Amino acid sequence: MSLTEASPISGNSPKEKYVSTEEQQRQIAARLVRQRFQDAAFRKVTLSFALLVLLLLGAIIGSLVWGSYPIFEKFGFGFLTSRDWNPVTNEYGAANAIYGTVVTSFIALLIAFPVSFGIAIFLTELCPAWLKRPLGTAVELLAAIPSIIYGMWGLFVFAPLFADYVQPFLTKNFGDIPLIGQLFQGAPMGIGMLTAGIILAVMVIPFIASVMRDVFEIVPPVLKESAYGLGATTWEVVRNIVLPYTKAGVVGGTMLGLGRALGETMAVTFVIGNTPKIAASLFEPGASIASTIANEFAEAGEGGHIAALIGVGLVLFLITFVVLALAKVMLMQLSKREGART
Amino acid sequence: MSTAISPLYRKRLFINRLALTLALAAMAVGMIFLLWILTVLVIKGIGGLNLAVFTQMTPSPGSPGGLLNAIFGSFVMVLLGTLIATPIGILAGIYLAEFGRRGWVAPTTRFVNDILLSAPSIIIGLFVYTIYVAQVKHFSAWAGAIALAIIAIPVIVRTTETMLMLVPASLREAAAALGAPEWKVVSYVALRAVRSGVITGVLLAVARISGETAPLLFTSLNNQFWSSDLNAPMANLPVVIFQFAMSPFENWVQLAWAGAMLITFSVLAINIITRVVFRQRTE
Repeated sequence: MSLTEASPISGNSPKEKYVSTEEQQRQIAARLVRQRFQDAAFRKVTLSFALLVLLLLGAIIGSLVWGSYPIFEKFGFGFLTSRDWNPVTNEYGAANAIYGTVVTSFIALLIAFPVSFGIAIFLTELCPAWLKRPLGTAVELLAAIPSIIYGMWGLFVFAPLFADYVQPFLTKNFGDIPLIGQLFQGAPMGIGMLTAGIILAVMVIPFIASVMRDVFEIVPPVLKESAYGLGATTWEVVRNIVLPYTKAGVVGGTMLGLGRALGETMAVTFVIGNTPKIAASLFEPGASIASTIANEFAEAGEGGHIAALIGVGLVLFLITFVVLALAKVMLMQLSKREGART
Repeated sequence: MSTAISPLYRKRLFINRLALTLALAAMAVGMIFLLWILTVLVIKGIGGLNLAVFTQMTPSPGSPGGLLNAIFGSFVMVLLGTLIATPIGILAGIYLAEFGRRGWVAPTTRFVNDILLSAPSIIIGLFVYTIYVAQVKHFSAWAGAIALAIIAIPVIVRTTETMLMLVPASLREAAAALGAPEWKVVSYVALRAVRSGVITGVLLAVARISGETAPLLFTSLNNQFWSSDLNAPMANLPVVIFQFAMSPFENWVQLAWAGAMLITFSVLAINIITRVVFRQRTE
């Protein structure tokens, strides 16, 4: 009896407390029903928001198709291959902008891949432990700088230096080589396809480098240590152990960077020159899909212009979608293997 | 001893040293660009930074002025965008982490979310333009906020899911064994355990959308004057910076640099603070 008296829950005797009356059973049953209902509702609500994210993608594609329908109706798939882009005569072709997007992104990857690879190796294999975090964060901060800042820096600081020093150097040393030489000829204006590509490279380096660093980190230490034990140098371990193990992740990370580069807007708009044309030289100005939209959309009148801009937007979205989907598949392959191993 | 070193070994050592030197150089390149950009921002921005920037409206070419309306507009739209995106992102993240073990919805959503995370932001602008601006036939702050929200959602979904996955199953089981219904287990136990991580996700999303220019170009447009009407075009820092930097007027370019410095250092500050705070919490 003293036990019940000490119990703060109630003054009732234990008998009344534990032998449930019909009334109490009804209450418990009712509460269970209520809880089951609440749980089901909670599940449904979260499910509907997950579906909302899913629907967002469908809605984006749907709205772009709908908005660009007039232009595809008028020009058909010739829209993709035509090089005329003239809002005055209502002639629209996306080829120039697609070319600009692809070439600048390609230049960006060409530069960003080796640099990111180097950064990832440095951070995982070389860097003293106490520096890992600050340097890793610093690289990630490079990704946090808004793209418009890269644009301003590119236009006002990088481009003049590039025109004064780098472009004449490139023309002098590579301009006379057959085939490749053409790429480096022309007036050193600072802005153009090459400048846009280089600035894109700086922008995507943090994305590629951090994916590569993360996948390098998952290589089982035992594998690396066995190689070191056999007398391999650090480079040999990276080349023969780390790289084969993380191949899918390295490719996936690079594709992720490519996806970013393809859709990058503001930085490119500042430095590409915004002249829709296809020129042999990389020093010439050009236009990318994103820069064309950013430049012309606000001024675009009714008629075909807006539809044409939405049309190139659709093309851009489909390209990036495919690239990003492939990147994701690559990265999933790696994590699946990681899951199977442990 | 040195005579015992074979040429092959010497070659391997040389290649190793070369590769590691190049890796160091790559790291240096990355750091040089970061420091270069930040230094340029400080040098060019500090000259234009004065009290007027925070107290006066955007000027016409040649006359003095500040960025008050743009700062206000950016603040309003980022706030609205975050308020829209946070509940959607957290609830969708909860589904992916807690109920997504069976069926096709969770894997598909996860896949799509990761693609939206890197999708070109200008496409989001086009999307909001077609479904909203073109329908109501005017640019507005609401349209800008919606575009920013769409960019923020995938960030929040991703961090919420990742954080909830970190909660040990035993914690959920303990709550369930005490008779807590599922929704209480998730929202009062699991979500609360990783509260700081989820907040980090939201803050990172804020940092991400504060600098976005492309989706605002044709949703909220720009406004030279003070406006707090959410159904009218609203000034905002990124678009003002874009417009002013591309202009031939010296005072506009000066203001653009001041704005650029302001926005970059706020974004970087959010990034660094969340990292430091969150790291302390997890350790």
